[in-house]
Amino acid sequence: MLGFIAYRLGYLVPVLLAVTLLTFLIASLLPGDLAHAMLGDQATPEAVEALRRDMGLDQPLWWRYLNWLSGIVQGDFGRSFRTGEPVLRAILARLPVSLELMLLAEVTALAISIPLAIHCAANSGGAFDRVVTGLAFAKLSIPNFMAAILLIYLFAVELRWLPATGYVPLDEDWLGNLRCMLLPALTLALAEWPVLMRVLRSDMITVLQEDYITMARAKGLKSRRILFVHALKPSSLTLITVAGINVGRLIGGAVIVEYVFALPGIGRLLLAAIYTRDFMILQGVVLFVATGFVIVNFLVDLLYAVLDPRIRHAPK
Amino acid sequence: MRLSEIAVPNTLLARVAEAWAGVPAFGWLFWLALAWIGMIVFAAGAADLLPLPSPTDMDMLARRAPSSFEHWLGTDRLGRDMLSRLVHGARISLTVAILAPLIGLLIGGALGILAGYFRGQLETLVVAGVDVLLAFPPLVLALAVMAYLGQTVANLTYIIGVLSIPAFTRVARAATLSIAKREFILAARAMGATELRILLRELLPNVILPLLAFFLLGVAVTIVVEGALSFLGLGVPPPAPSWGGMIGEGRESLEMAPRIALLPALFMFLTVLSFNVVGDTLRAHTDPRQGAA
Repeated sequence: MLGFIAYRLGYLVPVLLAVTLLTFLIASLLPGDLAHAMLGDQATPEAVEALRRDMGLDQPLWWRYLNWLSGIVQGDFGRSFRTGEPVLRAILARLPVSLELMLLAEVTALAISIPLAIHCAANSGGAFDRVVTGLAFAKLSIPNFMAAILLIYLFAVELRWLPATGYVPLDEDWLGNLRCMLLPALTLALAEWPVLMRVLRSDMITVLQEDYITMARAKGLKSRRILFVHALKPSSLTLITVAGINVGRLIGGAVIVEYVFALPGIGRLLLAAIYTRDFMILQGVVLFVATGFVIVNFLVDLLYAVLDPRIRHAPK
Repeated sequence: MRLSEIAVPNTLLARVAEAWAGVPAFGWLFWLALAWIGMIVFAAGAADLLPLPSPTDMDMLARRAPSSFEHWLGTDRLGRDMLSRLVHGARISLTVAILAPLIGLLIGGALGILAGYFRGQLETLVVAGVDVLLAFPPLVLALAVMAYLGQTVANLTYIIGVLSIPAFTRVARAATLSIAKREFILAARAMGATELRILLRELLPNVILPLLAFFLLGVAVTIVVEGALSFLGLGVPPPAPSWGGMIGEGRESLEMAPRIALLPALFMFLTVLSFNVVGDTLRAHTDPRQGAA
């Protein structure tokens, strides 16, 4: 087991290094001079040169990368080129919004998919199962930005139940906060339930054919009890894993959903950094997002290995 | 999105794929999807020959006009003909959606086949490269490149193509691994066939079918990605029409004329669904795991 962990951990470091190097290269090699863009067209060449020196842009690329990397190791992510705000503080200020969105979305997705999957598995091949399967397949063809527009149209424009965009901080007004988080969370949940539902349904159909389920039925247990108590837990291995991976993806915020609903999360920070060419913020956020994704993936791998011994003993 | 599901451990990937396998007993739906794709492709190809108004001419007197004899599906908020924009949008969306996965198919397919056949250090290198690309947030790469390199349809195609390479590499490698151990490969080698001949004459014909099925799913994903980028204003440069851009623009008229956003959404949904249906049906028929068992 320890060998498995060490093997996976040893693999993480080069992957993350490559990701940061890639970000650095993209941000640095793309055309357009940042100092020039910041000062405007009227700037004298001397002023541009001075600003470039100030920001360290006159140093060679590899030197800037090593500098940046040694800062990261010491917990210093640098400062925004635009506002001077420390990058780490900018990220941490927006993290709660993205985390709340992720949590709400995940809970909603599970709340939709688990009951549907259980019902479909218990009556697989029936009319209900076929309709839900069809809906899940159709939903795969509705991207998030389209679902967001449809939800805004339905709940904000037609029914006028919820605000279309905007954000109220949680500590100011929790009900108002919930009202503006509901549609974004629903958008993300709608994107996830088809996969979660299919995975749980297919695992549960397998489990329901096991002998101990037949035994439970023979004992005369109610079918509700069999489904929820005896069958759900052993069927939820893949479900947990897939949900875990979604968590890893959403830790970095949901760029499009945060953009459509004007939520001040990590995704919006990223988008703004790209629009304004704020490389320090961009690099910091990409490193943060990639690290979160890779670490959660690692934890999920680990969880899977704990739950299923065949994996940790598998030959590499 | 399906591409991102590939970023999971192989065993889990197999479980997720298993959960979807055998979903479609499509039949008539398959033909319906094929018919819709045929219609869209025809309309996109013949957009200039069809008797349509210009997709970019504005008519400020007829802004957000409802459907009429002149404008069959009405006009958008700048008075441009909706039907014409939808058809010309299909042309751009389909061009990107077919060319971008083609890049992934050629490069990713070749890398995957070589890695799966020769194994060893080459395989380690390819798998590590794929992992790096997958750990990198794809939207960031696309957005950054579009924002800095310039918003052109060509740049859009290149960047989505590059982003699709890892998924194709994985599919090609998995298919190759399962076929490379089969007896007919051994037989070919025993008969003295060169590596090149084995790769091209024995492996490729068997790997190409699952790759082509995945290509159709790649087209569906690309339409969505291109739509998302255009929706964010970093995809197809305006005023050229694209479905994603039209949905984004229509958002501002959601109160007055929801049709402006809902029509391109419907077109995109039907097209993506059709490619998914056709791709999934073909995938179910060409899955190497069934043949290998």
